[in-house]
Amino acid sequence: MSDAATYNFGYLDEQTKRMIRRALLKAMAIPGYQVPFASREMPMPYGWGTGGVQVTASVLGADDTLKVIDQGADDTTNAVSIRKFFERTAGIATTTHTSEATVIQTRHRIPEAPLREGQILVYQVPIPEPLRFLEPRETETRRLHALEDYGLMQVKLYEDIARHGHIATTYAYPVKVDGRYIMDPSPTPKFDNPKMDMCPAIQLFGAGREKRIYALPPYTKVVSLDFEDHPFERTKFDRGCALCGSEGIYLDEVVTDDRGGRMFVCSDTDFCESQRAAPNEAGHGLHEVPR
Amino acid sequence: MSVQDDRPLLVAEGLTKHYGPHLGCADVSLDIHEGEVVAVVGESGSGKSTLLGLLSTQLLPSAGSVRYRMRDGEERDLFALGEAERRFLLRTDWGFVHQDARLGLRMGVSAGGNVGERLMATGWRHYGRIRAEAEQWLERVEIARDRIDDRPDTFSGGMRQRLQIAKNMVTRPRLIFMDEPTGGLDVSVQARLLDLIRSFVGDYGLAAVIVTHDLAVARLLSHRIVVMRHGRVIETGLTDQVLDDPREPYTQLLVASILQA
Repeated sequence: MSDAATYNFGYLDEQTKRMIRRALLKAMAIPGYQVPFASREMPMPYGWGTGGVQVTASVLGADDTLKVIDQGADDTTNAVSIRKFFERTAGIATTTHTSEATVIQTRHRIPEAPLREGQILVYQVPIPEPLRFLEPRETETRRLHALEDYGLMQVKLYEDIARHGHIATTYAYPVKVDGRYIMDPSPTPKFDNPKMDMCPAIQLFGAGREKRIYALPPYTKVVSLDFEDHPFERTKFDRGCALCGSEGIYLDEVVTDDRGGRMFVCSDTDFCESQRAAPNEAGHGLHEVPR
Repeated sequence: MSVQDDRPLLVAEGLTKHYGPHLGCADVSLDIHEGEVVAVVGESGSGKSTLLGLLSTQLLPSAGSVRYRMRDGEERDLFALGEAERRFLLRTDWGFVHQDARLGLRMGVSAGGNVGERLMATGWRHYGRIRAEAEQWLERVEIARDRIDDRPDTFSGGMRQRLQIAKNMVTRPRLIFMDEPTGGLDVSVQARLLDLIRSFVGDYGLAAVIVTHDLAVARLLSHRIVVMRHGRVIETGLTDQVLDDPREPYTQLLVASILQA
């Protein structure tokens, strides 16, 4: 595209990308640790993925193929505009197929299709600090991380059980990374937490407004916090997708009319399409869903 | 329950604190033995709270040292401990009861969560057991079991102070610091709280340092008393002795200024 020449590759200038890459390297070296970085203003509002976009811009190469999802969907506003943004500013190839992508930027979901080595998953993070709502002081939360003083996080889960009878946190469910740092997996549904554990792909987290980057190198141990008598449970659905029939995947509720009609469909649109395209036994389209 | 050891639990020597050109407290030396309650009295600005801050390692001294006999019997210099060790001490072997319950409690977390926090911080991961332990402690401080899921901002002042005590006692500390624990409470609520503290001191062999400007509180709770003025200790001794027969003119003034009922 002709206006691509007016931008540096991937919008950000090289010095900025270098600064972000240094933060990324540090984050990879200390899994789960929040590395401060000099977040830039991006041509989109905070809350729309400015952190994720900066990380993506810094890791993209000319031969990369980018996929962008918003809650699992490739065709929602946020996903479409970020994909377009990189088409224009980097001129790279884009795709909606998980298996073809080398870099996947996501707002909250992890694709249903298993990720592999060589892929990078970039999360958009609104609030990187898992202890924030319990301890408002940044100086104090940093100290708690430094000293591995994590009783407070358990207090949050305790409160959940005391109030609701079970751990009612269903997204941004705190995890312990590599036996050391407690990390907020961004507002990912807890359904996806087990996919983070020992994932072969690189997982990078960017929080633009809060100016923090953190990361999970491939094959990092990620454990969801819980109590012995209230163990972590993955969200279960009592039905399959209304479109492709797959079971054991994450479903979105779609309201279909104003008389209470609704259907539950795959949140991962690419997965749903590929299941429907695959001409195999009806309803058993699911070959391999990670734990 | 108290293990007899003749050595003092805590030994402070030559504690001095300057706030810039101003003196917080000067050259304070003090021993605290297991099961002993020491009251620090004096008027506002006499250095009581500074002394408490120094003893509990929340302030760094300009000079002097504090040694503490850990649970394993080893005596350690508190200001040479790493921060992680110091924090661990603060939430296991020590307690801190603030005058303002807001400083000692998490107002947005239920009573049970407040009491359970120290347990969870020391590795408890069984919800049922944490809750059972919290219930027991609430009962011991006379808070009804059915208030366990209520937040402390729905509690009265006296209940908040009792909840603070439960929160601290749950790890069976050996030493507890109290900064005007009865401040701002009415007399009958004060009496109940003092009663409770007294019974814990007796039942659990708890040592305590209590900062107060209220000589009646000191008389009721403490074995020994330290009178401070202008940042210095001017008189120290057995509580009854000092209060009945004060030696220093200032102490005499303090004692004389109590309203006789």
